[in-house]
Amino acid sequence: MKKNLHRRGLFSLAAAFLLTVSSAATAAGNLGVNGSTTVLPIAQKVAEAYMKEMPELAISISGGGSGNGIKAIIDGTTDIAMSSRFIKDIEVKMAIEKGAYPVPFRVAYDCIIPVVHPGNSVKDLTLEQLKGIYQGAVRNWKDIGGPDRPIVVISRDTSSGTYEVWEEKVMKKEKVYPGALLQASSGAVAQAVSKNPNAVGYVGIGYLNRELKPVKVNGIEGTKTTTLDGSFPISRPLFMFTRGWPEGNTVKFINYLLDPQKGQKYVEEAGYVPLY
Amino acid sequence: MLSARNTREKTIRGLFFLIAFMSIFTLVLIFLFLVKEGVPIFEEVSIRDFVLGRYWYPTSEPPDFGIFPLILASLGVTVLAAAIAIPLGVMTAIYLAEIASRRFREIAKPAVELLASLPSVVIGFFGMVVVAPFLQETFNLATGLNLFNAALMLAFMSVPTICSISEDAIYSVPKELKEASLALGATRLETILRVILPASLSGISTAVILGMSRAIGETMVVLMVAGGAAMVPTSIFDPVRPLPASIAAEMAEAPFRGDHYHALFATGMVLFLFTFCFNLVADQVAHRYKQTGAATL
Repeated sequence: MKKNLHRRGLFSLAAAFLLTVSSAATAAGNLGVNGSTTVLPIAQKVAEAYMKEMPELAISISGGGSGNGIKAIIDGTTDIAMSSRFIKDIEVKMAIEKGAYPVPFRVAYDCIIPVVHPGNSVKDLTLEQLKGIYQGAVRNWKDIGGPDRPIVVISRDTSSGTYEVWEEKVMKKEKVYPGALLQASSGAVAQAVSKNPNAVGYVGIGYLNRELKPVKVNGIEGTKTTTLDGSFPISRPLFMFTRGWPEGNTVKFINYLLDPQKGQKYVEEAGYVPLY
Repeated sequence: MLSARNTREKTIRGLFFLIAFMSIFTLVLIFLFLVKEGVPIFEEVSIRDFVLGRYWYPTSEPPDFGIFPLILASLGVTVLAAAIAIPLGVMTAIYLAEIASRRFREIAKPAVELLASLPSVVIGFFGMVVVAPFLQETFNLATGLNLFNAALMLAFMSVPTICSISEDAIYSVPKELKEASLALGATRLETILRVILPASLSGISTAVILGMSRAIGETMVVLMVAGGAAMVPTSIFDPVRPLPASIAAEMAEAPFRGDHYHALFATGMVLFLFTFCFNLVADQVAHRYKQTGAATL
């Protein structure tokens, strides 16, 4: 009897808890966003602006990587998944098995531009030359048409999203050699390259400034236009996925994000290329 | 009346015990947490491969978790910083305690101690924008962000610690020792080298080791000026990636409770082991060479 009472107490407690949670949800509205740390700055900036317009909505954003985000969509534990890649076939299959139909939204483009010191005469590098430099095979600027000086390779930490693009588009999954100077942020890369005439680095398009000289890749300059028409090779689209066609708060948020006058403005602020 | 007083004594004693216990308890908790989060990595790689592995590619497929270059970097930076900071710190301390006039000492000592209050990020920034280009031009190097630059900045940070604690130790050597030495006809130099230094050895060693354990655990400076290349250095002008820099740079982006995350905590364990050994040695030295009055010399 006592045990039974105890259990009933627990049950009513749980029920009360559930009730308060669900009533809070209907009153205020919650939106969960989870996934890629590359897309995270965009989501954060847009969410901040959106929550100012809709103060009763609580948006919680967490970055656990693209794979985790998509998994959360499949399991239905989040509303929106951020991803720096398109969904994989196996993930689609898993989703369908669980009765979820993932819907992709392209939200921005990521464009990574190789940079050198303004005093460096090198203007144009091919993808193969860049790969050679970052593998440690090419060690002097004179081998690629520059002055007779050693190349100092500056890269990003291996866990950053920027590194991920570089690894995929330039290194083709080969490793950056251990002698590369790894910097913890794009700002630090920009700082190190602008102070060192021997250096080469890469930064997101938002980090370009007068103290850095952007290098063309395969003869193509990295700009908003070349990113959007797909001709600049070191760029990629960034996505958000929803579980089924979005409704309610989710669709409102996605619409806000895709609006050229609203969300897309913050995409550029976050250092990415907006869609339009 | 007496019992009321006793209770009060007991309460106060208990209170102090509790407060003292709190810091030890916190330390134990932190250590347990470190072990709990770090140990799972050894299901993926053996301890041997982790400590002696040459490659650190935590996010590749398959990943490499070898922190040998990072350990060497930390040791290299610390040893070089010690080689610069110990002579500077100890000699400054001797000068201030024994040779300088009282007026000069009263100005100089607070000035040296003020150096210790410089935030490490400021020193790191200084190393990055002033020292790095200078080193690069003067020695015609590929990059100024290297082991030597980091060691220089760390030496800069540990000199105040070493100097201040050493000075206290030297200054507190009993006066009669010095007077006796001089009375026996020893010169000032002989007195300093043969009497005062041995008498204050325990304090100076403690100072040196505390200075060094500050250097090995220092994060911001090495993150900013050591260069960050995870390779085994072949010269003091090679860029390196010390343990704390690796942890600080990667922790934010490592997936929670993933292999990379556990590997970083295991790196933290190694670092903790280093500073722990340093402090253990400091404690030993302090006990062994402890001077109690003039009689034991």
